[in-house]
Amino acid sequence: MFGYYLDLALRSLRRNKVLTTLMILALALGIGASITTLTVLTLLSGDPLPQKSSQLFYPQVDPYPKDRPFSRSGEKVPWLLSYVDAMNLIHAHKAERQAAVALSQVKLTPQVQGEKSFYADGVLTTADFFPMFDTPFQYGAGWTAADDESRAQVAVIAGFVNDKLFGGANSVGRMIRIEDHDFRIIGVLGRWAPQPRFYALHLGGRNYGKGEAVFLPLQGARAADVMPSMMMSYGPSSDMQHLETSQSIWLGLWVQLPGAADVSAYKLFLGNYAQQQVALGRFQQSRVALSDLMSWLRDQQVVPDDVRLQAGLAFGFLLICVVNTVGLLLAKCLRRSREIGVRRALGASRGAIFAQFLVEAGVIGLAGGVLGLLFVLLGLWGIRHQPAPYASLALLDVQMFVFTFVVALVASLIAGLLPAWRACVVAPAPQLKAA
Amino acid sequence: MEIRPILASLRKHRIPALLIMLEIALACAVLCNAVFMIGQRVTDIHLPNAIDEDGISVVTVNGADPKLAGSDIPRNLAALRGIAGVTAVAAVTSMPLDQNPALSPFTATPDAKSTVNTSVYFIGSGGEQALGLHLLEGRYFNADEYADSGLQDFHSTGHVALVTQSDAHRLWPGQSALGKTLYTNATGWTVVGVVADMLAQDPKFNRAEGRYSSVFFPLHPDAMMGDYVVRSAQRDRERVVRDAAQVLDKLQPGAVVEGKTYAGMRDEYFATTNSMVWMLVLVCVVMLAVTAFGIVGLTSFWVGQRRRQIGIRRAVGATRGHIMQYFQTENFLLSTAGVVMGMAMAFGINLYLMRHYEMMRMPWYYLPGSAVALWVVGQLAVFGPARRAAAVPPVVATRSA
Repeated sequence: MFGYYLDLALRSLRRNKVLTTLMILALALGIGASITTLTVLTLLSGDPLPQKSSQLFYPQVDPYPKDRPFSRSGEKVPWLLSYVDAMNLIHAHKAERQAAVALSQVKLTPQVQGEKSFYADGVLTTADFFPMFDTPFQYGAGWTAADDESRAQVAVIAGFVNDKLFGGANSVGRMIRIEDHDFRIIGVLGRWAPQPRFYALHLGGRNYGKGEAVFLPLQGARAADVMPSMMMSYGPSSDMQHLETSQSIWLGLWVQLPGAADVSAYKLFLGNYAQQQVALGRFQQSRVALSDLMSWLRDQQVVPDDVRLQAGLAFGFLLICVVNTVGLLLAKCLRRSREIGVRRALGASRGAIFAQFLVEAGVIGLAGGVLGLLFVLLGLWGIRHQPAPYASLALLDVQMFVFTFVVALVASLIAGLLPAWRACVVAPAPQLKAA
Repeated sequence: MEIRPILASLRKHRIPALLIMLEIALACAVLCNAVFMIGQRVTDIHLPNAIDEDGISVVTVNGADPKLAGSDIPRNLAALRGIAGVTAVAAVTSMPLDQNPALSPFTATPDAKSTVNTSVYFIGSGGEQALGLHLLEGRYFNADEYADSGLQDFHSTGHVALVTQSDAHRLWPGQSALGKTLYTNATGWTVVGVVADMLAQDPKFNRAEGRYSSVFFPLHPDAMMGDYVVRSAQRDRERVVRDAAQVLDKLQPGAVVEGKTYAGMRDEYFATTNSMVWMLVLVCVVMLAVTAFGIVGLTSFWVGQRRRQIGIRRAVGATRGHIMQYFQTENFLLSTAGVVMGMAMAFGINLYLMRHYEMMRMPWYYLPGSAVALWVVGQLAVFGPARRAAAVPPVVATRSA
């Protein structure tokens, strides 16, 4: 039966080529636009560390004075921590792992005569960063908490920097010149670029894009006068030369809490810490926050507004395309009232007519899906050539590939419902009489 | 044109008529908001900036030895002045649109609060000529003020400042800003001049209220000055920026030197905005095309279905013009109904976007604007099928269907 309907559908579609082309094209454009934007949206709102994200938490405290709050409304808890608070929280060891993070633009100077210095993205962090975020190592390993305390001038470099400066060879033990200071390489990372760059939020870097070039121990790098990209001061003593004691926030802190019990224990600890700081006179408010990785990304609206607007717009457009297809299919099927009358008179049931027209809609959907996929590839190609930082990520994955056809088929079947219903309620007698 | 028979006929084709209306309504709703978004972004891209954007180039020197800044900067400036075609040079800490914001709140009274983030610019001697600032009131900094002013913890150790026109109005409404004191916490600076509005370092971050909120302080040669502003005639700027970058590269071998024309910096800053505009334009055009083809398809079907009625009307005396007018009026009625629905939807979408995104209220004229656009699209789309309808000969009436 299905084969027969398919044959009928193809015949009917061939009969009016312009209308068929119009329907397929409209549907394909709608699918193309919506799947392209949806692909970008899912990529940008994805989980950067799927195996670990539920265990990673971002604690916040509020050292701002009451009458000069961090945010206009006074509701937001400051995004970053001061050095003192970050170190107090790290040294308390209340989480399984903890790492403070700051970003910096650092000057790398190749040791080869005649090669120019260049700037690269750097991370200033503490020892637990590597095991906590499961960073893969090509060579060597990260530094230890002891290296942090001794202000060791060591560095972990990214694979692409190792390729550029050392031709991809094992460079562990060699020296690298960063900001006119020598650092000893102790590890070379493999490919590691979680998207979004969750650890970089509000630290003065991009939220998407390729990973960092060098990772330096926070204290060691500060001893070499490496400056963080972002700092916000909350009080008058914001001495830039002594960031460690100044009233300014410039560090993000991540903690690993494996179970629900650990989370509630840490919350309690954080609350107590803030109250203790109020008692000491360092804080005026005991507000704290502890968000898991995914809710931190969501609350900070890491996905750019424009991307969400584009997706909304594209789905509006798809809706218009579907309405358009409904109209055209309806016109086609009403024009064939007589044919339906004959089929009904010859014994076809309403269900058979309904099925026949749905198959026709489905064929249009499939064709629209195939053409739509081309539009999706074209659209993603276009996005890859845009200046946005996430541009290079815009690639079609298997899920979206399949989803394209699902959307196409569902859209066309929905579009086919009304015309198919109109077709199957056609009364055969008047149609035959008129003929 | 009699409307009643058209309405009577539409009542018989309720579903197709509703579909056309719905399609037009959706298109109108999306179009209104998309055009509004385009308008906002185009305004942003063309935000005025009271510096000599066409003549300025910026050479950035990063990673030079900070201890040598006091002697390096005057030497570098002298070398840049030697380049043919250069009319003014100066060293500054940052440039408008360089995405490297240094922000601070400023107030008119000590220890007051401000919700506006003001962009802070420290300019070296001759900065006003190099940037091409427009002085509206008062004076620029004099040589002593440049020589005496340092920089500590992001604050000027000098005693004077220039403010923009916007800030002068905001901080001292209805008064002259000259001679007033500008405060951050308890520290104050005397305003000696008011300049025309220059953009912030990152106006997207600062939003509308901080877009033109800028303060200028004088600064003697200091390690924080990483930008060399080189001004020339517009036709020379490409060569000047190349030469300037080469000169500084040679003078500062340990540093990373990069030269850009200011026009290039502006394009770079607005590149994502620009591509969003083009994407929105593309969506609007394709959407209108899809809507138009939908109307063409449905109207053609109607014409085909009514060939006999058209023939009868022609046989009893209707002219071709009457038939054309019939379909055009019908489309006009459907469009009107669709557009009315669409305007209500557009307004609703705008309210939703205002709540969930950084969107302003859509000015009322966008609604009739896109209504007119859809009327036009509807009339253009119906023209072809209507002409085919008018071409139906009266003899059709005499044939059996």
